[in-house]
Amino acid sequence: MIEVHELVKRYGRVTAVNGLTFTVRPGQVTGFLGPNGAGKSTTLRLLLGLDAPTGGAALIDGRPFRERPRGLHHAGALLDAHDVHGGRSARAHLMVLARANGIGRARVEHVLDEVGLAAAAHRRVGGFSLGMRQRLGIAAALLGDPPVLLFDEPVNGLDPEGVLWARGLFRRLAAQGRTVLVSSHLMSEMENTADQLVVVGRGRLIAAESLGEFAARAGRQSVAVRTPDAGFAARLTAEGAAVRAGEPGELVVDGLSAAAVGALAHRHGVLLEQLTTRAASLEEAFLELTADRVEYAAGAPR
Amino acid sequence: MTITTPPARFTDLLAAEWLKLWSLRSIRWALLATALVVVGMNVNAAWADHRNWPGYSEGLRAGFVPTWAIRDAFTDPAMLVLVLAAGTIGAITLVGEYSTGLIRTTFAAVPARRAVTAAKLLVLTPVMAAYGTVLSVVSFWLTQAVLSGRDAGLSFGYPGVWRALAASALLPPVCAVVGLGIGALVRHAATTVAATVAVLLLLPMLFSPDRPWTAFLHHALPVMAWGRLTDLTDYGPLYMGPPVDYPATVTGSWIALAAWPLSAALLALWIVDRCDV
Repeated sequence: MIEVHELVKRYGRVTAVNGLTFTVRPGQVTGFLGPNGAGKSTTLRLLLGLDAPTGGAALIDGRPFRERPRGLHHAGALLDAHDVHGGRSARAHLMVLARANGIGRARVEHVLDEVGLAAAAHRRVGGFSLGMRQRLGIAAALLGDPPVLLFDEPVNGLDPEGVLWARGLFRRLAAQGRTVLVSSHLMSEMENTADQLVVVGRGRLIAAESLGEFAARAGRQSVAVRTPDAGFAARLTAEGAAVRAGEPGELVVDGLSAAAVGALAHRHGVLLEQLTTRAASLEEAFLELTADRVEYAAGAPR
Repeated sequence: MTITTPPARFTDLLAAEWLKLWSLRSIRWALLATALVVVGMNVNAAWADHRNWPGYSEGLRAGFVPTWAIRDAFTDPAMLVLVLAAGTIGAITLVGEYSTGLIRTTFAAVPARRAVTAAKLLVLTPVMAAYGTVLSVVSFWLTQAVLSGRDAGLSFGYPGVWRALAASALLPPVCAVVGLGIGALVRHAATTVAATVAVLLLLPMLFSPDRPWTAFLHHALPVMAWGRLTDLTDYGPLYMGPPVDYPATVTGSWIALAAWPLSAALLALWIVDRCDV
């Protein structure tokens, strides 16, 4: 379990995290979402005790991470795939981390196998592609078989097969009862991975809820209609719908279901060339919410 | 989930740092190349004296043992190379982690940062001390073997030789730990190496040994302390050389040689623990 309470981090005059509070529970994949510069990576560094908070608390299983003499059995993390020394082989890199945490060689070979790097394990990391480095970072996170896992933009640089594999892995880890927090600045990525979302913008919490609730929040369903009948818009308005122009020749109807629009057309003998339900995508919901945040933040004294 | 955590053993950290040091090809090559250059330079100096011996004046020949004989074992150019290499290697064992970002991976895996830094120091110091011991013994043995062809070599039993050997064996670990301490302070690779070179090799030029206070600072620098400890000249009543106004003492030089790495180690332990990475 991850608990972040009134967390604040300032770097000089820049406030990267500004009173953030949220909880991440085990057994689910939680997406940590926000535009670039929202404070996601800073929050992860604070959770791992790499940076000291200016105020508030960041706890993993009830304690600040700095209090753990060894970390890998408590939390595994991939913060930045480049946080390795290019001169070491993948195996040597993992061996060093394992040895420091009292983890044996067999486990190193196991995680190398699990992330698909067994054949490249003897090669120096400096020659690895970003995707291979991401896999190595994920292997390092898995070393200690930890109950909490933190991944910062883990699918960057992975090929499509790798992305599918990573999603499956995160879901499997969560299904085993672990707490899995995966950050991304892409909503579309979360749509396929996360059960819960923590959305941040400018260092503040925007939303912490299930994917479904988040979708519903900005997810008005609208109906797109095409018809040669110029008077149909007025009929729709008379039924209580809000009608606006969509693409050329298209009406976008809010407040009526597609079935209701179809029935209305049938009743009045109106020809419909198109009748489509459009769910607002999560991406739109995300953009709308973060846009609100930007507007709010710009108007507020900082 | 229940967590089964093995006990946090410090020996695990030592083993990890040992692996870290030897799993880098660049470190192994740097140590090997430096060893060849240092011994080569010293032996070359002994050969030059051996070759030029017939042309040396009576006075020079008479005073050659021990003052000049020991200088062939530990020449200044070889010392420069050794100090440069040891200081840099010490610096990059820590600052290399900061500049690559590995330090975040390291500290996420082992949040006990002081223990990590202590383990680094406790691996680096004996490794460099062993390295220094091999280099100083090999340099001494080879150069004195060459000089013995002119009956101008020192034996291991000559008074002060063990002091010179010990000081030379300690020079690499002293410089390495000073480099590591500067690395902890600066945390930027190129700047750290430049600062290490400045502290170890340029500072001695800034402090003149001719005035009391600057002489004190001069003698307190690690390279100058090493210079005093490897100097076998007898400054007793029979001393005939140029006068020395503010001579360095052997005890003071040992203290300086110990104080530098101790301060650097404490600095590293303190800073690494409290700074964001």
